[in-house]
Amino acid sequence: MAEPLLRVEGLWRRFDVSKPWLNRVIEREKPQFLTAVADVTFEIARGETFALVGESGSGKSTIARMIVGLLGASDGRILFDGKDMTALPASELRALRRRFQMIFQDPFASLNPRWRVGDIIAEPLRTFGLATGAAAEAEVGRLLETVGLSAKDAEKFPHEFSGGQRQRIAIARALSSKPEFIVCDEPTSALDVSVQAQILNLMRDLQDEFGLTYLFISHDLSVVRHMATRIGVLYLGRLVETAEAKTLFREPQHPYTRMLLDAVPDLALSGRRRKPVTGEIPNPISPPSGCAFHPRCPLVHDRCRETLPEPHSTATGMAACFATKGDRAETETAGTA
Amino acid sequence: MKSFNARFYGNPRVYLGLIWLAAVVIVAVFAGVFAPRDPFAIVGQPFLPPGSEGFLLGTDSLGRNVMAGLIHGARTTLMIAVLSTVAAVAFGTVLGALAGYYGGIVDDILMRLTEFFQTIPWFLFAIVLVAILSPSAMNLVIAIAVVSWPPIARVVRAEVMAVKAREFVQAAVVAGQRDMGILFGQILPNTLSPLIVTGSLMVATAILIESALSFLGLGAPGQMSWGFMIGAGRSFLRDAWWLVTVPGVVILLTVLAINLIGEGLNDALNPRLADL
Repeated sequence: MAEPLLRVEGLWRRFDVSKPWLNRVIEREKPQFLTAVADVTFEIARGETFALVGESGSGKSTIARMIVGLLGASDGRILFDGKDMTALPASELRALRRRFQMIFQDPFASLNPRWRVGDIIAEPLRTFGLATGAAAEAEVGRLLETVGLSAKDAEKFPHEFSGGQRQRIAIARALSSKPEFIVCDEPTSALDVSVQAQILNLMRDLQDEFGLTYLFISHDLSVVRHMATRIGVLYLGRLVETAEAKTLFREPQHPYTRMLLDAVPDLALSGRRRKPVTGEIPNPISPPSGCAFHPRCPLVHDRCRETLPEPHSTATGMAACFATKGDRAETETAGTA
Repeated sequence: MKSFNARFYGNPRVYLGLIWLAAVVIVAVFAGVFAPRDPFAIVGQPFLPPGSEGFLLGTDSLGRNVMAGLIHGARTTLMIAVLSTVAAVAFGTVLGALAGYYGGIVDDILMRLTEFFQTIPWFLFAIVLVAILSPSAMNLVIAIAVVSWPPIARVVRAEVMAVKAREFVQAAVVAGQRDMGILFGQILPNTLSPLIVTGSLMVATAILIESALSFLGLGAPGQMSWGFMIGAGRSFLRDAWWLVTVPGVVILLTVLAINLIGEGLNDALNPRLADL
């Protein structure tokens, strides 16, 4: 793999979900913490699209927010181009910020309703001091045309646009500071299916044109299959499997990945029976012991209930499961019961 | 959905309020034209009833023209009410915005401070302030602003907290904007509607406070005001009812007009609430 642009090492995030101090004292309760992200490690190479997939509550968006600096990390390091962003002084972090941007899920919430589109797109230009006045205006027009809108749209307000057009505006804003890395937090899940493909294709074209690197967050495997070069599967804040996109879809290793893939609607109508995903993601305040997936796992074994499986390398990438580690025969006989 | 103008001007109550308030404002601005003489000047017999020759609203116990008093009083009362509201809104907005934006310990400190001011009986507090600072137009403005800002701070804090959670604010953070730019450029413009409504209603309250202070003799010295006229006329209520009644009705109508306008603004700016 080429030199990574982004490296996440042992990333943790805990949220304090305790009741107020006075209630805790009166009701004799201990502080409660929710572990949203636990010991996550991955790398993203220049020019690739790394997708994080998982159900709601698996910590996908929390990871995205920590990478762009909207949330602090409880523990661990985030290295962008070799520099540790969790330890960098504010001034250097600001300079680094220009090089990565984010596209949000809801294009109806991510554009300030009181700003003109031109000002929204020019905002990163101004704050990073890249262009002002007429130069900024020309740049905004050029960006609008890059994402398939008209330069004249700069005069309008966001409410004059449809969801897909608004997401194009959000993409233009993300591109305006000429970033190398863009975090996309479910960029199409709020859009109509017919518009989703247009936005995804636009994002791929822009990737080729500007050599962008994407971190792509989604729960929609068909979207991920279209976009990703590599995929990480999250379960309850932990990365359970990473692999090249093609091999992950062909040879899923972790039983959770298999469960997710089995649930994807089969557009080819091959007659393959779909298995619905069973069970629900557990409460992250009190996660199951051992491997967090064990209550839903078809291959569950006594060991899974007690010990947390360490990530280990597999034929296709990485997985964190006893069953994929070669102890499979033993586990499978135990699990089929 | 109808536009703001259609909702605001299509409301007959708003019209009544606007007409009365516009009349009061015009009279206040051109007080020297409508009543060229000093309102404190003795111009006729004392206790002339309304409708007397040359004195539409009569004269008071010293023979001063009640009409001239009303006209010049409008100027004092409106000026003090508007200035104190502007000061209260400015202070309350900054405090509420900081509390709502930074949260945590900043929020705790600023909100406890706000609650401290809210728990003091506000009218007594205003009296004490004016008494300590000595009565003057400036000190009246300060006293009214000091007792009026807490509701503004609370409204702005709640709005800022709501807007702060929206994605465009996070987008601005990622785009590298600094805290103050986000707070004043992105968040506050989206909190204007409730602020305008609260502020407009606050002018009415400020008129009442100013009148009450003037009634107690804590008004701006040497300046005619509506509250002062009521205070000066109260001992002659049985002999000369108009000395108290006329400025009282004017205060009532002005406060009512501002409330009608404020509620019209509320209905027009928050159309979903108005439909309930």
